[in-house]
Amino acid sequence: MINGYLGVDVGSISTKGVIINDHNKIMAKVYLWTEGDPIKAVKKVVTLLEEQIKNKRIKIIGVGVTGSARKLIGTILGANIIKNEITAHAVGTLSIEPNVRTILEIGGQDSKIIILEKGIIVDYAMNTLCAAGTGSFLSSQAKRLGVKIEEFGHLALTSTNPTKIAARCTVFAESDLVHKAQIGYKQNDIIAGLCNAIVANYLNNVGKGKRIKAPIVFQGGVSKNIGVVEVFKNILQEDIIVYENGHLAGALGVAILSKDNSKEEEFNFNIKDIKFETRGVVCEGCPNHCDIICVYRNSKLIDSWGNRCERGKIE
Amino acid sequence: MKKIISFPHMDNYYVPITFLLKKVTDYEVMHPLPITKRTLELGTKYSPEFVCVPFKYNLGNYIESLERGANVLVQAGGGCRYGYYAEVQEQILCDLGYNFEFHSLVDNNQNVLINAYKVLKKINNKLTIFKYIYYMALTLKIINYMDKIDIYIRANIGFEKRKGDFGNLLNKMLEEIVNIKGFWNLRKLYKKYNILFQAIQINKPIDCLKVGLIGELYTSMEPFCNYYLEKALAEMKIQMDRYTNVTYLLITKLFNKRKVLKKCGCYCKYLIGADGTDNVAVARTLALKGYDGLIHTKPFGCMPEVGAMPILQKLSNDYEIPILFFSFDSHTAEEGIKTRLEAFYDMIMMRRNKHD
Repeated sequence: MINGYLGVDVGSISTKGVIINDHNKIMAKVYLWTEGDPIKAVKKVVTLLEEQIKNKRIKIIGVGVTGSARKLIGTILGANIIKNEITAHAVGTLSIEPNVRTILEIGGQDSKIIILEKGIIVDYAMNTLCAAGTGSFLSSQAKRLGVKIEEFGHLALTSTNPTKIAARCTVFAESDLVHKAQIGYKQNDIIAGLCNAIVANYLNNVGKGKRIKAPIVFQGGVSKNIGVVEVFKNILQEDIIVYENGHLAGALGVAILSKDNSKEEEFNFNIKDIKFETRGVVCEGCPNHCDIICVYRNSKLIDSWGNRCERGKIE
Repeated sequence: MKKIISFPHMDNYYVPITFLLKKVTDYEVMHPLPITKRTLELGTKYSPEFVCVPFKYNLGNYIESLERGANVLVQAGGGCRYGYYAEVQEQILCDLGYNFEFHSLVDNNQNVLINAYKVLKKINNKLTIFKYIYYMALTLKIINYMDKIDIYIRANIGFEKRKGDFGNLLNKMLEEIVNIKGFWNLRKLYKKYNILFQAIQINKPIDCLKVGLIGELYTSMEPFCNYYLEKALAEMKIQMDRYTNVTYLLITKLFNKRKVLKKCGCYCKYLIGADGTDNVAVARTLALKGYDGLIHTKPFGCMPEVGAMPILQKLSNDYEIPILFFSFDSHTAEEGIKTRLEAFYDMIMMRRNKHD
């Protein structure tokens, strides 16, 4: 029987899960859509992971959770570590590429840049106010153009004359896109233009003022889009590394962090049969009206959060 | 009709402002309700969409006070476009149909303290210049002592042995400070509390993490507006340092104009406007002191701070000090702030461990 560690990254668009062994090797991996229901998605991830390791005699003794739903899912899975995405991504990437200096990450609803030096995060930034230049924007535009998101990058590469698209803001970009399509620009030119716009926006917004040095790793869902990778290569004039498991870096990182955590507890896969529920309550204690989230496991309250003060405490 | 005077909220400064207004006017003073989501909702509803967020908070405060019966309002902002907010807010509240008097303490062509006298004289005809100077000076001294205590609290609150000690003592001090009878009395009170604060047991390592807080004044001073940033940092056991406070803005800054540019080193040749230059100067000072990181806050669209940001970014690269930038508006997601703050903590911790 060998020890295994489960890492789960619950993002806005996709949910990722990996199981690693003591040597940080990935034993099982799952990638699926969150579809707005993180609890359901995680149950599915756990089920699929269990199937993959059925005959491998692995005992899971640590669970780590990251991503925007980390608190909720961490509570449900009984995680021994709940970490933010930035640290998790850095740790995960460092385990694959110890010399990495820059991590570019474009995910579903956010994008970030992490600058490292000798394996230490020295600077980072995350997009602050809008979703322009993130995965969800790309996928909604792909749908509008009737193109599968998987083919998006290849179509972009066929263009020789990318259309210029205003990418400062998704709302402007979308109206510009509609306009360009209506006056007769070719589809692949528009798609290539979009890829350019995403990169320009990312570098002007998130990457502003940061020293981007090689080796550069590009990850997150958008790194699977070969068109965007090519634009990055052209603009930065550096080689861009995209790993096959790049989209799993967050899950991998948090699994490693869980392994390094001294608290060990065996994880039970029967979690998928337990009914988890969340309920929102508005506290009427003062005019602030805090929204309090209560998490129930088989109708029994296990945790609650969202209150600013003692008055809103629910037990 | 009885006159009830009210003003916008900012951290604990309602205490000295209430004190001053009680002494120099014969109106009833109503201090604003603590800021809640409702304040912000009301303010946002009636504000121009792209105005900066302090405007929205102030407007929310006014509406809440007017609802509770206030009929005289005071505004005191300046430096940037804040200087024109009083007029706009007055017009918005008029259009909403409220019946009130509105006074702005700030006139951009004149010293705040002189203009404040003119305005207060209008409110209370019997106010003599001597009485005004005495109570203004006393109020400034209260503010000064509060700020001094605050600086000590900020540096140590993360390390208190029993949780809540600092907060409870501060509340007790604020309750007592309004009843002081003069300078001598105030000084005695300050000394007493200074000893009490020093006596609070703390568990502070010499090499604790140190973070400097810089940025626009309202977002760095009002805890509701920055989503209780200082509380979060205290829970991470970080020593905090913040130069921006009312003492600095009203007094120190007046005598500091030349020094500020000098302190900026090669980073600024001219003043950026409002508090932009000061922030660059503070950032450089703290970087030279070897701080672990800086957190810069501003309302979305704050021009002076937007101007300061590229300079700070360069400073950050040169001195290898990480700076976390926050931009607050009425729609800011709290989760996002927590994520960035946690990552910031992890980063400065990792950097520290590397150096050891």
